[in-house]
Amino acid sequence: MADETRPEKVTITVDGQEMVVGNGALLIQAAQDNGNYIPRFCWHARMNPVGMCRMCLVEVETPRGPRLVTACTTPVNDGMEVDTQSDVVKKAQEGVLEFLLINHPLDCPVCDRGGECPLQDQTMSYGPGESRFVEEKRHFEKPIEISDLVLLDRERCILCARCTRFSDEISGDPLIEFKDRGNYTQVLTFPDEPFASYFSGNTVQICPVGALTAKPYRFRARPWDLEAVESTCTHCSVGCRISVQASQNQVLRFLGVDNDATNHGWLCDKGRFGFEYINSPDRLGTPLIKGEDGEFREASWGEALDVVADHLGSILGPEVAGLGGARGTNEEAFAFGKFMRTIVVTPHLDAQLGDGLDPQFLVAATPRSAIPDLESAATILVWGPDLKEELPVLYLRVRRAATELGANLVVVHPRRTGLDDVATHKLTYRPGEGAAMLAAIAGGEHPEVTEVLNEGPVVALIGRPGLTEDARLAESVAAFARDLPEAGLLPLARRSNVYGALDMGLAPNLLPGRVAATADAGRAALEDAWGPLPEAPGRDAAGIMTGLAEGELKGLVLLGSDPVRDFVDPALARKALEAAEFVVAFDLFLSDSARMADVVLPVEGFAESEGTVTNLEGRVQKVNRLIPGPGQSRPTWSILDDLAARMGGDLGAASAEDVSREIADLAPAYAGITWEALDWGVGREGLVAPLPEAEQPLEFVPVDAGGNGEAPKNFALHLARVLYDDGVLSRVAPSLAPLAPEAAVHLHPDDLGRLGAAVGDIVRVSAGNRGAVELPAVADASLATGTVYVPANLAATASLGAVLAVTVGKPS
Amino acid sequence: MSDTLILTGRMEAHTSDSHTLKRYEATGGYEALRKALAEMTPEQVQEELTLSEIRGRGGAFFPCGMKWGFLAPSETRYLVINGDESEPGTFKDRQLLERDPHQLIEGIVISCYALGVNQAFVYIRGEYPRPARRVQAAIEEARAAGYVGENILGSGLDVDVMVHLGGGAYICGEETALLNSLEGKRGEPRIKPPFPAVEGLYAKPTIVNNVETISNVPWIITNGGVAYAAIGPEGSRGSRMFSLSGHINNPGNVEIVMGMTWRELLYDIGGGIPNGRELKMWIPGGASAPWFTQKHLDTLVTHDDVTAEGSMLGSGAIVVMDDTTCVVKAAHRVVKFFAHESCGQCTPCREGTSWLERMLWRIENGAGRQIDLDLLLDVSDNISPGLQWPPAMTTICPLGPSAVSPITSIMGYFRDEVAQHVDEGGCPLG
Repeated sequence: MADETRPEKVTITVDGQEMVVGNGALLIQAAQDNGNYIPRFCWHARMNPVGMCRMCLVEVETPRGPRLVTACTTPVNDGMEVDTQSDVVKKAQEGVLEFLLINHPLDCPVCDRGGECPLQDQTMSYGPGESRFVEEKRHFEKPIEISDLVLLDRERCILCARCTRFSDEISGDPLIEFKDRGNYTQVLTFPDEPFASYFSGNTVQICPVGALTAKPYRFRARPWDLEAVESTCTHCSVGCRISVQASQNQVLRFLGVDNDATNHGWLCDKGRFGFEYINSPDRLGTPLIKGEDGEFREASWGEALDVVADHLGSILGPEVAGLGGARGTNEEAFAFGKFMRTIVVTPHLDAQLGDGLDPQFLVAATPRSAIPDLESAATILVWGPDLKEELPVLYLRVRRAATELGANLVVVHPRRTGLDDVATHKLTYRPGEGAAMLAAIAGGEHPEVTEVLNEGPVVALIGRPGLTEDARLAESVAAFARDLPEAGLLPLARRSNVYGALDMGLAPNLLPGRVAATADAGRAALEDAWGPLPEAPGRDAAGIMTGLAEGELKGLVLLGSDPVRDFVDPALARKALEAAEFVVAFDLFLSDSARMADVVLPVEGFAESEGTVTNLEGRVQKVNRLIPGPGQSRPTWSILDDLAARMGGDLGAASAEDVSREIADLAPAYAGITWEALDWGVGREGLVAPLPEAEQPLEFVPVDAGGNGEAPKNFALHLARVLYDDGVLSRVAPSLAPLAPEAAVHLHPDDLGRLGAAVGDIVRVSAGNRGAVELPAVADASLATGTVYVPANLAATASLGAVLAVTVGKPS
Repeated sequence: MSDTLILTGRMEAHTSDSHTLKRYEATGGYEALRKALAEMTPEQVQEELTLSEIRGRGGAFFPCGMKWGFLAPSETRYLVINGDESEPGTFKDRQLLERDPHQLIEGIVISCYALGVNQAFVYIRGEYPRPARRVQAAIEEARAAGYVGENILGSGLDVDVMVHLGGGAYICGEETALLNSLEGKRGEPRIKPPFPAVEGLYAKPTIVNNVETISNVPWIITNGGVAYAAIGPEGSRGSRMFSLSGHINNPGNVEIVMGMTWRELLYDIGGGIPNGRELKMWIPGGASAPWFTQKHLDTLVTHDDVTAEGSMLGSGAIVVMDDTTCVVKAAHRVVKFFAHESCGQCTPCREGTSWLERMLWRIENGAGRQIDLDLLLDVSDNISPGLQWPPAMTTICPLGPSAVSPITSIMGYFRDEVAQHVDEGGCPLG
């Protein structure tokens, strides 16, 4: 829409002060950017203006004299003269505030918002000292639970429509709306439809009064009692900017922090409310050693570390493997990798659990896109997980590109996804037939899709649609997508700091800093600093599990990893841990896997340890410490340093920041990325590795592996994650635990008919020796026939292995 | 006046069947359409409308030719006829819809030809089932006769007309709220700009015209814009329909040429006040309009003269009140209407109108305070800064300021009577 005759900048005058501002910018934003704050309630920079609250009334000079306009709906034009301080403006603003307050309950002393309330603040700055209203105020039943997480007080509500617009415009689930009219206008849900949005917490955060409150925070603290620190959400790999807030060493809430790069200030509810695990009474606070009787007993750190050092030292290095590291910081992952490679001396390291993609593809696929590229994309291809379930805020960004910015959106997935309603084109296929679908697209069999894919710039978000999908399919898709016009790739994996862990070398085929583990030059450079490295490549998670189960490996170090729940073949994982001679688990909780360990070491977790994390773009951001960990828990790097000393080595990890300096020195793609460089400054964007002057040693060019996957004859299993699950961190979060959906077997109605099963009937899905589930049937017409969808990560489905060909039928 | 009955001549002469196609054709109906299609370009039709100097009859008196000129180019454009006649005391469009629907339909088709529009909508208030049925039946008749639909009269012009019934909200008479309602959304006014002529129905350029305005179009095309402009004084050309109600001997609709005095309209045409009572005040142009009193009887019934006296001809509703009328009760009733009809979207209207209503109720019912008199005015000022008409607004649309009109009227002309309510603890008229 660039009009070359239109000047980019114009000059306006606000209260006598000249400002050079972007042409067409909204007056309220232009003035604010130049230090003149115009009060507002309904306007929000990330949503379309509506001019409803009328708080931002200012006078603009017109040929017919000054005219009252709302600054939030008025675009600037050259020479515009604005008065925000005239008597008329002041009276209008004071009048609006008086109107807003006449029916407001003024129950500030018992309101969660008191102390950080825009209505309070702006009344102090712009409002009348007292009310002239002597009538009875408006009354509603209050508060009402509009969802499992959010309560609504319609008396406090000032009807700014921020929440309803967010649900409609941003998250795309308009489950709250204005009802009635005039003085009886109220925000409400529809009958029998709760505000069950994955993003409902954002409405609480942007509510300019205390009308919407969140259960997990309600009545827990006053704002002035909170200590806060900016950090990065680690619930998934999007890396949303957050403010972590605590009182009396208890984390009480996360708030979204606005930045252009990642989250625009939004958070998903899992990220926002998932913090509850931090305060869980189930957190480990003491080292545990398993006795002869198979029961854990509490131990001192000295004793526990001696046991671990003895066992790891007595088992040969290459017979020990390490799994995990994706839940912590880069510093922890780096220290872990260094410990395993130089002290234990083993190459068997994997931060993924067979549920991901080739590490080199994830961290080094080229050409690579970043999230902000979605804003300028002509076409977006999403062939990967359902973003709404697995990377929720990335879903918001793609949705915005498709709805507000006019991008074409092509979604390819085995069933419906959250983006289908805004997709330009949606293609559905059976798991196992992805290669055929790709060939059909590449061969022009879907001309309407080809047409939009040929409009560049194209951003391709490529990941694993489900756990039964051949991991190489993503690379084949990427090989196709990278040849599209002005294409960029964004390879997707979900687990929080998995990109950081891989970048730190927690992969069988990677060394720190995106160096291929087999690259001679890269190995030599690292060996200069560390001494000889074990042979590469090592075993991946599947290889480690098999190796343990078959006795080729003897020891296992788990770093925040729960393969018994998370590995794609849970039965094998259980067998592997049972067979292992020695297992040590670094964890926050006694997870199913940690229960099978010989020693469990309590570590400090999120908000308790400082460091950096890397998101799916390769963007490095800081996480910060606000509270101490529970009991005797310690930072991972410190435990590893101690262990190294006991094993006769030196890890050199005196502090997390020391580790970060070593990363900046030794990990080529992280050169120059220091904590100082990441200090929260303007934009709060973090840094995308590698920096322009740094080296990216690995350029991974995806190729079409061809013919990967095969179509099962009977039923193809689509096993994919849902947002709310039975994972260890959700299970101990009281607000999130009840949100996990009922497990069910989803089948196309025609398949249900063929099986002679009705909706609600119990159906058995059997993956042979890799488990089976018997669950109620749900009709799901978005599936291709011959596909059965089972949510992967629920308590009732966790035992089902990721097997493509399954049998489905009524239980015998 | 019979020689200038532009709109109501047919229904006056043929009371039983003026709404039928047969009668319409027998009285020269659809000849203007034939003329326009056969002899005129769309630009020439627009030019006649401009020459006629006709101004919008919905209440704003905006020059119609100028409005048409603002219609932005686009492949798809719409014409929307505003028949959501909901202003208390206004019932003129009802008569036009019910008694002469073909006149409107012919006007619509000619207008669509002039504007390059293929789809017109007639938005009729939900409380007008019979007018809506009549218009729908007339559309069917016209379609069967080839005046509506594809290739109209063999000219290649396609125009479809769709009737839409409102859901009962006064605010949907405001053109942008009407468009929202037509789109299936809440009836809430939109922020202007963009104006409908640039971004209207379904974000396409749209002309919204009142029923009465478009009903004039056939006459203008048949007789020429110049002939229309020769009727009535400058600024108030043509005839105008008024709805008389209240304390008046001849209530009902009248079509008059503007320019007479209010005395002539109320006494000669309206027949004066019943039961020998005195005229106390009247609403000259719908519930939104500031009131007139005896001192305005010699003001001329023109847009300019009424505007100069701080009111408006508005929707054409004239509500007459005699000396038995309590000003507080009357104002309360009007303000209550606006408070009830506020869409609730913007703060000053949502909160302010109901606050005003409740203060008036208190005063009328004996719980008024002297400070309430100035409070009424100050709260009004926060809705309509300066308390002028046409109003400055802190609101999105003029509904809020409309609720202020009765307040400024009673406080301007009858402040003593309001104060007496406070002093005597209730209405002095009982």
